[in-house]
Amino acid sequence: MNAFLSIVSKDLRLALRQRSDLTMAVLFFILTAMLFPFGLGPEPNLLARIAPGIIWVTALLSVLLSLERIFLADYEDGSLEQLVLSRASLEIAILAKVLAHWLTTGLPLVLAAPLIALLFNMDTEAMTILLFAMLLGTPSLSLIGAIAATLTLGARRGGVLIPLLVLPLYIPTLIFGVGAIDAAMNSLEAGAVIANARPHLLLLGAILLVSLLITPLAGAAALKQALE
Amino acid sequence: MGKSLFDGENLTCVRGGRNVFIGLHFHLSESSALILEGPNGSGKSSLIRILSGLLRPRFGSLTWQGQDATKEPEIFQEHIHYIGHRNAIKPVLTVQENLTYWSGLDRDDTDLDKALDQFNMLPLKNTSANLLSSGQSRRLALSRLLASKRKLWLLDEPSVGLDVASIKLLEQAIAEHRSTGGSVIFATHSPIEVDAPERLNLRDYSPLYNSALINLDDEEESWI
Repeated sequence: MNAFLSIVSKDLRLALRQRSDLTMAVLFFILTAMLFPFGLGPEPNLLARIAPGIIWVTALLSVLLSLERIFLADYEDGSLEQLVLSRASLEIAILAKVLAHWLTTGLPLVLAAPLIALLFNMDTEAMTILLFAMLLGTPSLSLIGAIAATLTLGARRGGVLIPLLVLPLYIPTLIFGVGAIDAAMNSLEAGAVIANARPHLLLLGAILLVSLLITPLAGAAALKQALE
Repeated sequence: MGKSLFDGENLTCVRGGRNVFIGLHFHLSESSALILEGPNGSGKSSLIRILSGLLRPRFGSLTWQGQDATKEPEIFQEHIHYIGHRNAIKPVLTVQENLTYWSGLDRDDTDLDKALDQFNMLPLKNTSANLLSSGQSRRLALSRLLASKRKLWLLDEPSVGLDVASIKLLEQAIAEHRSTGGSVIFATHSPIEVDAPERLNLRDYSPLYNSALINLDDEEESWI
């Protein structure tokens, strides 16, 4: 467990000292989402209706922008080789790096999402579900993205390949993430909000659990391949 | 002659479809030093990467302390320190933070100040690593050898960028490591003085330099 904390704290420290990495994803998220009202016109009902989709798609793209940096710097400066040779298990190390990535990318997006939701005239109940859905969904985005990041390590201009690999795999998270908020917005009685959104949230949880299992195994195999 | 630590039989390494070396044997016992020699491109770095388990040999076997480890490099990986061409230093962290991270990964409670002191890096302890010169970066990478205890050191051109005084410090560190039962394998083009070194010249196994091996190479291809 010590190695896990050691990696997380190092990556967080690196992110805090290179603040451009930390702020890029969340700024991209806010700015892109803010463009839609200008493009679509200030019709409050329309904006509220399309808000879940816009928030999720822009969040997904912001995560995509940051995926390459999970492993690339470590690969280039030789740290990754040392990580493989260390006594820490590689699977645990990958989970630690993904956690650090989520804390510096996914979590800021979750915190910024209510702000966007306000701009899009979303009601408070839907906003609560939005927060839950993003808390469950964004870790999956980091986990699935990490596999693509490890797979493209050895490739020249691997960063271009990441979206091609990752976007199809992000679609389930997108569908259920948007579905949860839609279900909350469409429920007629106040008490039914949670009941309606529940299946979607459970499915988001299932995606999270599956990717928690697959990412360390697939990532470790891909990393060893990349270092050959 | 101490106990046998690491043995390689008939190792063949293929990189990019070309045989780097063929049929290489080596033997390393405890407390000994093995120097890899050979011209550029004869496979010194490839051999060191194979011995670190990062690269798999195409043919041949590796034995770690009498145990066959060809298929499972994990058996010896955690007993090995590998210092390659790249220093694995994070420029935005300080010297001490860099070293603390590596020893934290190994859960080893060694005295980090002592490790830094061995390579005369203690005065630079709180300096940000992006301010280090290339020789100082190399010394920081080398102090990782002492930040956690491991049996075998694999050093690929450890003296690159080091001044004469720093090479002496490295020689001292190697001597001390061997006196406690550790071994070292290194490739170098500049002289590093160690006691009773064994030598392995990769020129003998490289088809690039040894014309006797070229026919063997062709024969193998005709088989495929």
